[in-house]
This record gives sequence, C-alpha cells and structure tokens, in this order.
Amino acid sequence: MSWPGRRIDAIAIGASFGGVEALKHVLPALPAGLPVAVFVVLHLPRERESLLGEIFAPLCALRVREVMDKDAVVPGSIYFAPPSYHLLIDRGPQLALSMDDPVEFSRPSVTVLFESVAAVYAEHALGLILTGAGGDGAEGLAAIQREGGLAVVQQPASARMPNMPASALQRISADYVLTLDEIMTLFQSLPTQAQP
Amino acid sequence: MESAQDLELELLVEAIYHSYHYDFRSYARASLRRRLQVAMQRFGCTSLSQLQGRVLHESEIFGELLEYLTVQVSDMFRDPSYFLALREKVVPLLRTYPSLKIWIAGCSTGEEAYSMAILLREEGLLDRSLIYATDINPNALRRAEAGIYDVAKVPDFTSNHRRSGGRSSLSDYYSAAYDRIILDKSLRKHIVFSDHSLATDSVFAEMQLVSCRNVLIYFDRALQSRALDLFYEALCRRGFLGIGLRESLRFSSHADAFAEFVREDRIYQKTGGL
Repeated sequence: MSWPGRRIDAIAIGASFGGVEALKHVLPALPAGLPVAVFVVLHLPRERESLLGEIFAPLCALRVREVMDKDAVVPGSIYFAPPSYHLLIDRGPQLALSMDDPVEFSRPSVTVLFESVAAVYAEHALGLILTGAGGDGAEGLAAIQREGGLAVVQQPASARMPNMPASALQRISADYVLTLDEIMTLFQSLPTQAQP
Repeated sequence: MESAQDLELELLVEAIYHSYHYDFRSYARASLRRRLQVAMQRFGCTSLSQLQGRVLHESEIFGELLEYLTVQVSDMFRDPSYFLALREKVVPLLRTYPSLKIWIAGCSTGEEAYSMAILLREEGLLDRSLIYATDINPNALRRAEAGIYDVAKVPDFTSNHRRSGGRSSLSDYYSAAYDRIILDKSLRKHIVFSDHSLATDSVFAEMQLVSCRNVLIYFDRALQSRALDLFYEALCRRGFLGIGLRESLRFSSHADAFAEFVREDRIYQKTGGL
C-alpha cells in the first residue's frame, strides 16, 4: 500500500455500528506531526457519544479537540461531531454546527459532513466509510470524489456491519477498498511534517 | 479561490435581501448551502442560479423557500440540564425582581417559550413575567402562537420536563385531541410572539434573562457578534444570558462583560455596564 502522492489536508470518517472498535484501529495509526485535520461522524446512542473524547484522546498521537461552533480548524487535530448536531466544515476552514433535520435518519450525518468537506477541501480531502448499518455517507463520499478528493471504503466483507460500506460502493467506484489493517498502513504512510 | 457555486450562493442571498428584505448575507455558509440544496431539490432546480431566477420572478415561492432557510424543529425542555440550572440557580435571583422580562430569541415554533412559561409557573413567577418570543419566520410564529404540537412528541417532552426538575405533571398544561396537543391558553397570555431579526432589528425592551440557544450556530462570526451585542444591550445589569451548549460569547465585543454563571449549561451573567 503506497501513498498516491497528493497533499491531503482533511480526512473525513463516517462510521456506525461497530465504529468504535474500527476507529480504535484506524485513528491511532495516524502519526504524530501529521498536518491533517480529521473529522469523524460516529452514529451512537446519545448517552455514549460524549465519551468519545475520553476514549480516544489517550490512544491517539493527534490531539482530540472538543468541537465548538466557529472554531478555526487546527491541522493535526481529531474532531468528533457532537451528539445531536450535524458537524460541517466552512470556509476558513472553521467548524460549523447545525441542528437541522436528520439526514439518512442520522444527526450527526456522515453525508452532511462529507459534502461540506468536499466543498472546502476539494482534491485535498480524503473520505473514509467504515462499518455500519444504513446508507448514510454514500452521497457524501460521492461529493468528495466529484470534487476531486479520494474515496476510501472499508472492504464490506471485513466490516463488523457491511451495509454502510456496501451502500457507498453501490453509489460510487471507490479509489481504495481496504481492510482495517490496510487502512492503518495507508494512514501510517501519510507524509508528516518535521516537528519544530 | 471562490468557486462558481460560492458565487451563486452570494448572489442568491443578495437577491433575497434586495427583493424580500430578509438578510441571510451573514449566515454561516456551510449550513446555508445545505439548506439551499434541499430547497433546490424541492423546487426542481439544478443550480442556485436557477433557484435565484425563480425566487426573483415568482414571489409566491419565496414563502416556501423561507421555510427551508429558517424553520427549526425543537422540543420542549430540550437539554433538561439547562432548564434545571435555570430553575435551581437563576430563578432564586429572578425572584428578587418585582417584574420580569424574558427574551427567547429565535423561538421558531415556540417550544422553548412554552417551556419557560411552564417553568416560571411552577416557580410561582409567571404572573409577574412577560416572555418575548421572536423569530423571523412568520409561519413559525403563527404555529408558535397556536401552541399545537404532535402528540407523538409528548413522551419526549414529558421525560425532558421531569429531568428539568419539573414540579408538576406536564399533562397539567395541555389538552390532547386526536393526534395533537394544545397548550394551555393561560401560558399563552404571558408570551408575546413577534417578528424580530437579529440581523437587522434592534433592542426593544430591558430584559432580566435572554435565552438564545442553537441560533448563533447558523450565523457567521460577524452576525454572532451583532446578536450578542443586542443581548448585551437588552440585558439589565446582572441579567442572565443562556446560549447553546456548543456556542460561545467570544465574538462579542462585550465578551468581557459576561461572567460564567453556570459553565456547563452555558449560562452567563452580565457584570459590566450600568
């Protein structure tokens, strides 16, 4: 697995059922000093979502930051969409939130995040769909690809719940279809910045 | 750097402002774009330019577009811990005023205004209170005035109310008919619903409490600053401001004049000024 050689500024990840376990593999693989902002939508029962920061901060080399509306995006950070809000990325880039209706029965919605990432980061975005039920994220991943970004999908057969990756693959032809181990390798190979 | 889609969006909000005097020019672009995409699908348009043409030439569709641009669905006693904090920490200070004015800014279809009225009734303060509930969407205001909600939402409303420290049964405040509930008219008497824009209008009364939650997220930093400055001007000294859990005061030119009062529920107290 080698890196395609383009500059990636944002990685947007969508996951649902089985997502915490999958993210425990994928997020810690992102190396320290990676000048990339990582945005994650994970569908979870409401009471568990607020714990994501506590679960992931100790595991990750990148810094897990709390999402506050209109905060400037800091490269090298991981942002989880907060419970009951859509997370969007606006020009700046900065974080934006909305409480508009659920999309694909979901709020936060993967598609809402991905479409906003596509508009702001274009070819410097990477979208990744991991395990999950339902079809949220397929339209968003198509938007990332349409704007020139990279579309990555977890190989459905290797996912705890294949529906969400399979829906994405029905919608588009992904640039990469990978197992979790291959995604980890891909992430480890991302070019990092020399630490000052 | 600006794409054709960005430019189309700027032109559309300018067109709406000049034709209909609704000012979305300082709305956060990402969420506005999303809302307009949904509207484009509804109106069968393939681009924002096409939508702009229809909005300019067919005034009757503007009313419907406004629904897509503004309407928020809310719940009664949403974020019960916010109402619990009001009840336990703010109400004791509100009791010291002979009369109370409270502003629910961006009230949409009225759920928060009625929640506040119920809380004040339970705390024995409603009779000396006037709640101003404002929004820019005339349809939402009409629905708010009617005080009619889907009966399917009652279990959530009831659970939220109980967790907010409710001292009575929520069912004391509505009557149910078929698939709807209608809220008690005696609450309605203490609420003034009116048209007011945080983007273009000014302060209209002195308040002891302003509650504006999950409205600022739709604004850019400049409009957030304008709205927060209005709240600063409207509040009496030591008045209270409640905002959404993911919102902050940092873009206000008066941010220093507010002290955290209940940090985890985003309730602030105005300390500066006269």
